[in-house]
Formats: sequence, structure tokens, C-alpha cells
Amino acid sequence: MNTFLGLDYNLWWFLVFGAVISGYAILDGFDLGAGSLHLFLRKEESRRIAMNAIGPIWDGNEVWLVIGGGALFAGFPVAYAAIFSAFYVPFMVFLVGLIFRAVSIEFRSKEPWSWWRKAWDIVYCFASIVISLSLGLMLGNVVEGLPLNSDREFAGDLLSFFNPFAIMVSITTLALFMMHGAIFLTMKTENRLFVKLHVLANNFIVFFVVSFVITTLYTLLYIPHLSDFFKSRPGWFTIPLLMILSIANIPRQVKIGKYRFAFISSAITIALLLIMVAIEVFPYLLYSPQHPGNSITVYNAASSTRTMKILLVMALIGTPLVGVYTSFVFWTFKGKVRLDEMSY
Amino acid sequence: MNVEILARVQFAFTIGFHYIYPPLSIGLGLMLVILEGLFLKTGDRIYEMAVRFWIRIFALIFGIGVATGIIMEFEFGTNWATYSKYVGDIFGSALAAEGIFAFALESGFLGILIFGWNRVGRGVHFFSTIMVFVGSLFSAVWIVVANSWQQTPAGYHIVGQGMNARAEITDFWAMVFNPSSVDRLLHVWVGAILAGGFMVLSVNAWYLLHRKHMEIARPTFRIALVVVATFSLLQLFLGDRSAGIVARYQPAKLAAMEGHFDSSARADMYLFGYVNNRTQNTSGVKIPGGLSFLTYGSFKAPVTGLRAFKPADRPSQVNSIFQLYHLMVACGLAMIFLSLLGCWLWWRDALFKHRWLLWVFAFSVLLPQLANQAGWFTAEMGRQPWVVYGLLRTSDALSRVVSANQIIFSLILFTIVYIVLFALFLFLLNRKIQHGPVDYGTKETIEDGSRRDNPILEHEASQS
Repeated sequence: MNTFLGLDYNLWWFLVFGAVISGYAILDGFDLGAGSLHLFLRKEESRRIAMNAIGPIWDGNEVWLVIGGGALFAGFPVAYAAIFSAFYVPFMVFLVGLIFRAVSIEFRSKEPWSWWRKAWDIVYCFASIVISLSLGLMLGNVVEGLPLNSDREFAGDLLSFFNPFAIMVSITTLALFMMHGAIFLTMKTENRLFVKLHVLANNFIVFFVVSFVITTLYTLLYIPHLSDFFKSRPGWFTIPLLMILSIANIPRQVKIGKYRFAFISSAITIALLLIMVAIEVFPYLLYSPQHPGNSITVYNAASSTRTMKILLVMALIGTPLVGVYTSFVFWTFKGKVRLDEMSY
Repeated sequence: MNVEILARVQFAFTIGFHYIYPPLSIGLGLMLVILEGLFLKTGDRIYEMAVRFWIRIFALIFGIGVATGIIMEFEFGTNWATYSKYVGDIFGSALAAEGIFAFALESGFLGILIFGWNRVGRGVHFFSTIMVFVGSLFSAVWIVVANSWQQTPAGYHIVGQGMNARAEITDFWAMVFNPSSVDRLLHVWVGAILAGGFMVLSVNAWYLLHRKHMEIARPTFRIALVVVATFSLLQLFLGDRSAGIVARYQPAKLAAMEGHFDSSARADMYLFGYVNNRTQNTSGVKIPGGLSFLTYGSFKAPVTGLRAFKPADRPSQVNSIFQLYHLMVACGLAMIFLSLLGCWLWWRDALFKHRWLLWVFAFSVLLPQLANQAGWFTAEMGRQPWVVYGLLRTSDALSRVVSANQIIFSLILFTIVYIVLFALFLFLLNRKIQHGPVDYGTKETIEDGSRRDNPILEHEASQS
């Protein structure tokens, strides 16, 4: 087996893919969250400020989804083929959600009529919610596993996606994004809108913690194999422990008004959640509970080692570049939102 | 209806709709770089007004391009799972490169391009404009490389057998620079620049016709005219090179483009005509031996015809390919004629004197769009029945777990969504064009200038 720094290429690419997905969840997570809570803001001015807070950056955030799709396609084509043909209907709904969200941001400010803007506000908010829920639903099903046939293709039906675990993960994802988004907006707003978002952030923290606890309890009770890894290796318990500390830190920082730290904490929470998911599912990319032999793993789904090497080189060159200009753009638009003639 | 036809219709529909926008982004990107460069060089506010007007149009187009483009990346997996497994090793790496090198660059700097005019220095903004343009050029690179590999595969070997067979990279650079990549990429780039250039021409022609914003419309029109004249002539040369590649590597496609059936005979070139798919007969106005001449430099040289291939190995919809190809060529020639006519009148100092000509220019925006669509349809339909030429058949490339009903569901969904989207796009584009460029005024009066350009602020101002 070819290795790089002691780890084989498949594992490396699994880590890269995981990092890209985490990056996507952290970055698009806050703008999806900001979108999902959009209708909680009542005044036209507040909505404009909230939308402009994500205006210059949401598009860059969404690119991480494109990179993630490419990373999966390139590194694990069998998994890419199986996952997206299996999730055909939910994924189409997700994509239509993305279209409507993108155009609602783009179109909303183009006309002065209040019905026009209210209509796009509703589209924007619902599209954000649908995207978050369907992402969570698909994540839940991937974690839990899907029925696969001997060709490693999906053998279930649409209704099987709507099982209790996947629905709980779905709601938890929405809650997580709303919390993340509300905290992000507190950093970008002032005065009464800021006070309102502070209250909203606290509410969404409660929403998230409650749904997270319920999902975790359900997992421990009904899907015990997902916690096997941690039960057999007590040393790794530091990761869930860190996650609990990081979650606990969010309301603390919000309370003392350190919103940036609260935001960093919720970003770390997202990353740790996905790291836990990755540890629990590894080496499976798609587990088949009925016939474990049909499961898709990072080894039987992978591209050739040569491609893995090419991909790693690309990641090593590309990531610093993306990091540099993403930071530059975030830095340009740092601080509270100022509306000007170029704003949405 | 069978799954293969439905999946192909869906792919053609979603990619065709998507392909309205990225070429405009690339072409307008170049126009933005030119206009902003002129503004920085001359300091003339005319150019500032022009560039900021086009940035707004660009933002609208770019937004829809992104929204419809994300669909495409995942449609490979949803509808063409077997294809995805087969080409993942190759196509996937091109797509990953596209994401990390091109889209990230474009989208990152797009924020500054659109929102940053008063927030960053002029140099930084100009740099961002260039980066967005470069990013859009890059994004064409990787997708065209991946598609060209499907046309002329290189740098790979096949591993496994039957349904588990797949292509693996043996030589990355041979894959990237496969025989058709470079020529097709240049052809696509220039097609995109023409799309943007003609759009600028068209809008400014409309302003001139309506005697609006004349002081901006005249210089911008002239700049765009230079761009389209240069690139439409270049396209003639590049198109010929692309056809040469097709002749060499995909003889069945070339034969279908000209409706040439005889397995080995002199081939004619049609100005227009009709192919009877059933009787395998082509009729129309032709230059005898024209295709032989263009391909081999002699009017008598034999060209491989469609009958040289087994019916299962050659495209069946010959008439459609023939018509689409001729539509592309006709649009290309019309663009050359129009832009040269414009240049000649300019030289005679009579560019803006003929209203009928301005009307022609106002509608000329459709020419590159038609040519781009027709060209891609020719390329993709001409490759049939293969999805990877000579290696994987389209009928084998499907997702076997996806049913016809699921595809019908998504096809109806996308049809409705895209019709709504297109109507909104045209409506907003029209409103923006009607609104036109705005004089932002000097630094002292920027507040009032800002109001004039933002529908919401403008509305508030008129209320109070």
C-alpha cells in the first residue's frame, strides 16, 4: 500500500473530503442559518441588513459544496454514483432549493415594491430551511447506512429516507445552522436589530441543545453500532468531551457579549460533530446494514492511487490559495454592515 | 418513454439552459476589464458609469449561472451513475480542479467586484475584476478538458471488465492535453467572448436608437465592436481547427455534420440542405467536394462517410446534427459580416447613421447564443451513441437505480423552475437596461448619486 506520512492515500483523501465538508458546513452553515431565521426579522431595514451581511460572501461559501462534490467524484466515484443516484428525489429538492435561494438574494433588491421584496423574503427563508433540512436528512441516512445491492447500488425506496434518526439529524442540522447564523448576524449588526438577534441566538441555542440531546440519546439507545468505536477506545472520548465543552461555551460567550468567540465555538462544534461522524462511519462511506458485505468503503470505492496523488497535489496547491483570497474577502467586508448603493 | 431518452433530455435541457449564462459571464468579464482599465487610465467618468452599469448586469447573470451550474455537477451522479464510476478517476479530478482553482477564485473576488467599489481602492477593485475574469476563463478550462477527454480519450487505461470496467489515469498531462482539448477550449472561449461582446453591442445599439445615454453608448459601442470584430474573425480560424480535429479523431461526427453517407467518396459541403435519415440521402445547395477540400486540401480527396461505421456505432439523428452544425456556421458568418460592416461604416464615419443597422445590432445578441448552443448540440449529438467516444455507450452510462418516473418528476420540476427563472431574468435584465447607467457624481455628491442607482433607496427618496 502506498503511503504518505504514514497514512495511505485513501485515508488522506477521506480526511481532505471531510475537511472540505466541514468547511462547507461551517461557512455555508451561517448563511443558511441567517436565511432560515430571515422571517423572524420583521422590519424591511433589518431584513436588508441581514441579507447584506451575507451578501458578498455566500457565493464563495457555496463553492465549498462544489469542491466537496468534485472531491467525492474524483476520489470515491463509486460512492459519488451510489449516493447521488440513491438520494435522487431529496437531492433534486435540495438543488431546487439552492436555485431559489441564489436568485432570491439576487432578485430581492432589484425592485422597490414591497410585495416583491416580501415574496422574495419568503422564498429566501423557506429555501434556506429546505436546504438545511435536506442536507441533514441526507447526512442522517448516510450515517445510518442505506440498503445496497451486490453491485453496491441503492436498493431501497424514497420512504426509507424518512426514518426517525434521519429526521432528528435533519432538525438538529437546521437548529445548528440557525444558531450559527444568529451568532454570525450579531457580529454584523447594531442597535435594536442587534438586541433582537442576541435574543434569537439564545433561543436557537436552546433549540439546538434540545434537539442535539434527543438525537444523541436516540442514537445511543437504538443505533448502538454508531458508538462502538468510542466504547472500545476510551482514550478517544476526549473528542465528544471537547464537543460538549465547546457547545457549553457558546451560551457563555453570548452572555458576556463575546460574539466572535461564540461564533468560533459554534464553528468548532460543527467541525467536531462532523469529525465524530467521520470516526463513527470510517472506513465506510456508505454502510449497508442488511448486507455489510455490500457496503461502500474508502477502499473499494476509490480512484487509482495515481489519481489520489494528483488530487493531493491539487489540494496542497489549491487550499492555501483559497485560504488567502477567502480571508482577503472576509477582511474587506469585516465589521458591521454598512448599506450603500451597491448593497442588495 | 425510456430512461435513456429522458435522462438525455434532462441533461440537454439543464446544461443548455445553464450555458446561456457562463459564456455571458466570460464575455462580459472581458468587457469589464477593458472598461475599468480605460477608466483607471483616463479617469473619464463615462467609463466609470459604463463599467458600474455592466457590473450590475454581470451580477445578475453570474447569480443565475452559479445557481444552474451547481445542478450540473451533481447530475452526473444522479442520472449517470455508471458513467460517474467509469470516468470518476479522470472526470472527477478535472471537476475537483475546477472547483478549487476556478470557482473559488471567481466567487471569492466576485464579492469585491460587486460590493466593493467604494470600499477598496481602485487598484484593488481592478485586480478583483481581473481575477473574476481569469477565474471564469479557468472554469471553462477544466470542464472543456473533461468533455474533450470524452471526445478524444488519452492518457488512460481501462481496468476491470463489464459493468465494473473503468478508466484510470496513466498520464495526467496527456489526459489534460488530449488531442482536442486546446482547440476546443479556444473555440469555447472565443464563443463566450462573442456572447459578451454582442450583448454590450446590442444594449448600446438600443440606447442609441432611443437617444438615451448617448455619451456612454457611443464609446462603449465602438469598444465592443472592436472586440467582436477581432474575435469573430479569430473564431473562423479556430472553428476550422476544431473541425480538423473532428475529421481526424471522430470521422463519424464529421460525416454527420455534412450528411455524408458514402463510406469513401468525395465529400460535398452544403450551404444549407436537408438530410433524410431514413433513405440516407442529403439534398441542398452544395459546393461539390467542399468538405474534401477543407479536410484534405483537395476537392477530390475521399472522406470517410457514415456507412463506413456499423449502424450501432454512428449517430442516428443525422439531420439534426446537420442542421445544428449549419446553424452554428451561419451564425458565425453573420457575426463576422455584421462586425466587419460596422467597422467599415465606422471608418467611413457613418457608424451611427443607419437606424436599420442599429436595429440589427440590437438583436445581434442572439447570434452568439444560437451559435454556442448549436455548436454544443453538434458536438454532443455527433458523439452519440457514445458518451466516452469508442469506450462507453450512452445507454450503458445510466443510473440503473433511477426510474423513468423519477426523471420525469425532476424534469417537470426543472422545466417549471427554469421557465420561471428565465422569465424573471428577462424581466430584471430589461428593467436594468431601461434604467441604464447612472452618473454617481463626485465624492461630495455621492449620496445623491447612490440613490439614483439603487431601486430601494430611489424609492425611499421619492417617497419622502
